[in-house]
Amino acid sequence: MVRTMKVATRSLDLARRVAARVTDPELPMLTLADLGVLREVDVVGERHVVVDITPTYTGCPAMATMRDDLVRTLGEAGFDRVEVRVVLDPPWSTDWITPQGRAALAAAGIAPPGPAPSHAGPIPLTLSPTARLVRCPCCDSTRTDLVSEFGATACKAIYRCTSCLEPFEHVKAI
Amino acid sequence: MTDPTIDLHDVDSEHDSAYAGLQVNDSHWAFGTSFEDPLAGVDTTVPDDVDAAVLGRYAMALGDDALVLSQRISEWCSRAPDLEDDIALANVALDLLGQARLLLARAAKADPSLAPVLPEGSPVPPEDALAYFRDAHELLNVRLVEAADEDFADAVVRILLFSVWRLEVWQRLVASRDAVLAAVAAKGVKELTYHRDYAARWFVTLALGTTESRGRLEAALLRAWPLWPELWAAHPIDVAASRQGVGVDPSTVRESAEEVLDRVLATAEVARPEVPGLAAVAGRTGRDGLHTEALSRMLAEMQSVARAHPEGAW
Ligand SMILES: [Zn+2]
Repeated sequence: MVRTMKVATRSLDLARRVAARVTDPELPMLTLADLGVLREVDVVGERHVVVDITPTYTGCPAMATMRDDLVRTLGEAGFDRVEVRVVLDPPWSTDWITPQGRAALAAAGIAPPGPAPSHAGPIPLTLSPTARLVRCPCCDSTRTDLVSEFGATACKAIYRCTSCLEPFEHVKAI
Repeated sequence: MTDPTIDLHDVDSEHDSAYAGLQVNDSHWAFGTSFEDPLAGVDTTVPDDVDAAVLGRYAMALGDDALVLSQRISEWCSRAPDLEDDIALANVALDLLGQARLLLARAAKADPSLAPVLPEGSPVPPEDALAYFRDAHELLNVRLVEAADEDFADAVVRILLFSVWRLEVWQRLVASRDAVLAAVAAKGVKELTYHRDYAARWFVTLALGTTESRGRLEAALLRAWPLWPELWAAHPIDVAASRQGVGVDPSTVRESAEEVLDRVLATAEVARPEVPGLAAVAGRTGRDGLHTEALSRMLAEMQSVARAHPEGAW
C-alpha cells in the first residue's frame, strides 16, 4: 500500500515535470506552465495522464498544437494515455504568467504585461490610447509609444522606443 | 505488482532546463490529423430545468453573429489602409471566429438536431457542419453583420456598433445559468473591450481628420444606422433564453449602450443620424433567418470548399 502510493506520487511528479516543460508554440521562450495555460496535471491510472489547459484568447489557433505537444512529450516519457481537456472558467489572465515567464519574455525582447484590468462594474470606454508604463526591452527606456494594440498574435501589442528607436512587442494585460 | 514508473523516462535528465530542448523537430509542428472538439473536457450538461432547444437556438444565434462578422472582417486581410490595421482587423476577426466556434459547438451539444446531417463517415465536427452546411435562411445572425464593406469606415462603424451592443449584453451573459455560455462571455468581454476601443478611436480619428475622412465616416454611419435598432429588439429567441436564465434580452440593457455610443459620437462631433431602422419583412428579421442578398453571396464563397468536400478529404 505504502509502496503503491509512493509509486503513484513519483508518477505524478514526473507527469507534472514533463508537462511543465512543454513550450508555447507561438511564444517558444515560454513554457505552458510559465504562461499560465497549464492548469492541472493528474495521473488517473497506470501511465494515464489528464492535463487541463486554458486558451489565452478564445480564437487561439495554437490550442491544437499545444495538445499535440503535450501528448507527444508525455508519450515520450512513457505515458501512453494522455487526455488533454479544455478549461474555460476562470478565463486566462496575464496575471498568471509567472515571474520566470516574465523574465523569459523580457530576455526575448518582448515587454511583459502589467497588472490585468479589473472587470468589476461597467467596462469604461477608453477613447485615447491606453496609457501603460512599458519599458523598452532593448534599452530599458520608458519613453515608449504604442504603435498598435494588436500584434502578430492575439496577445501582443506593438510598441516603439523613442530612445533607441527599436520597435518591440508587448504582451498586453488581459 | 510492478512499478509503473520503471519505464517512464525522466526527460529532465536529458536536458538541463525546460528551455534547453527548444530545437525544432518535425513532430513539434505536426498538427493532429483529426478534427478536435473545442469543448473537450468542458462540462456541457444542460441544467435540468432549462429547455435545451431554447439554449441551443440562442447559442446558435450568438455564434452566427460572430461567424458572419468574422468572415466580413477577414475580407480586409491584405487590403487595410496600413499594416497595423491589417493586423488589428485580422485579430478582431480571429477573436470572433473563436467565439463562433465555441458557441456553435455549444449549440450543437445542447441540441444535436440543429447541426445538418453529413454523409456517413464525414469527420466534420458539428460546429463546422453548422458553419459550412447551412443556407442563408438557416442563419440567425442580425442583419448588421452581413453586408460587404465598401470602405474602411464601414469596418470601423460596424465593429463599433457591434461591440458596443455585444459588450453590453455579454457583461450580463457572464451570469448565465449555462456554464459554457457564462465562460465564453467572461472571456469574450475582455476581447470585445479591445474591439470596441479600437473602433471607437478610429471613429473619432476619421471624424476629426480631414473633410474627406469625415465625409466617408458619416456616409458609413448612414449605411449602418438602419440596422442598429434590430440589435435591441426583444426577439423571441433572446427573450426565451432570458426567461430560462441562460441568455440576455438586449431590449433590457439598451439604455447604457446608447450612453456609451453617445460619448463616442459627442467626442467625434457627429450627430445621431435621423434615418429609420430597416423594417422587418412580414414580421421577420435576421434572427428569423430573413437576410439580405449579401449573405448568400458571402456564404457561397465561405462554404465552397467545405461543400465540395463534405468528407473532409481532398
Ligand atoms: Zn529602447
